[in-house]
Amino acid sequence: MRLSYPSNVKIIQVPCTGRVDILHLLRAIEDGADGVYVAGCLEGECHFIDGNLKARKRVQYVKKTLEEVGIEPERVEMFNLSAGEGPRFAEIAREMSERIKELGPSPLNVKKAA
Amino acid sequence: MIVADRKPLQEILEMIKDFNKILIIGCKGCVTVCNVGGSKEVGILASSLKIARKKEGRPLEIDEKTLERQCDPEYVDQIKDIVNDYDAIISMACGVGPQFLSERYPDSRFFPAVNTTFFGGALQHGIWEERCAGCGTCVIHYFEGMCPIARCAKSLLNGPCGGSAGGKCEISKDVDCIWDLIVKKKMEQGRLDDLLEFRPAKDWTTSRDGGPRKSVREELVQ
Repeated sequence: MRLSYPSNVKIIQVPCTGRVDILHLLRAIEDGADGVYVAGCLEGECHFIDGNLKARKRVQYVKKTLEEVGIEPERVEMFNLSAGEGPRFAEIAREMSERIKELGPSPLNVKKAA
Repeated sequence: MIVADRKPLQEILEMIKDFNKILIIGCKGCVTVCNVGGSKEVGILASSLKIARKKEGRPLEIDEKTLERQCDPEYVDQIKDIVNDYDAIISMACGVGPQFLSERYPDSRFFPAVNTTFFGGALQHGIWEERCAGCGTCVIHYFEGMCPIARCAKSLLNGPCGGSAGGKCEISKDVDCIWDLIVKKKMEQGRLDDLLEFRPAKDWTTSRDGGPRKSVREELVQ
């Protein structure tokens, strides 16, 4: 399909989004990522039954944690799409990049630069 | 197990606001089983605190450790070589942990990261419910294996009260009236008459009414 998506998106592959842990998302933010999103399969279509539903709850937990410390929870998000939806994947990458650009750099990075 | 909930991040941040080098100590006992203070939760708290302090521009140095238990002196002893390396130490164990640590290391500052809530069990993964009040004189055999001390809002020994409706307690529609369950089970088993039996008043001196408690087992004491 030769679809392009923003080069600032770094992909980390996991066998199922059920493998994504709260700590993976937190560590990414802690180490300076401006945003993190999880792209899981469509709800109800997880090959491992409920991996994507577990991931969604973990994303919610991280959003709550960020909110508690005064960081925009929108920096972390969960998306659902099927493996056959290449164009949607590229669209989500653009959507998330745009969102993060609007929010600006992570407050952790801003402080470091100051 | 002893069940606990983690304190809000802001409360923990406030406790450690004057410190820059922290040790977070988890416990592999009850709080690991109820997913609040094991090595994983220690990691999550450490990362959350680091993010918060980095955002403030005052980065925090945190080390993580999880002891086998924090309620036994031999395990508390295991941090003796590193305890002085930190400005403050956060314990993720139940209320016993920070106290045992403070007693063993009187020169260090210890802070609790969890609110210890009750003795209970898991209804399912992620949901725990109170089952025991630790009253010191167990009476559940009189009540078909259900404890009215822990599970009745009024700890009634002769319920149900007028607040019982549709099998629920008046305090919340999410709380079963334990006396409704006791009476139903007695009826199912044809032993409702058991409840007519007169018993002397329960001995509450074994509970908190008798002051802080201690258990001494002579056969074990060396």
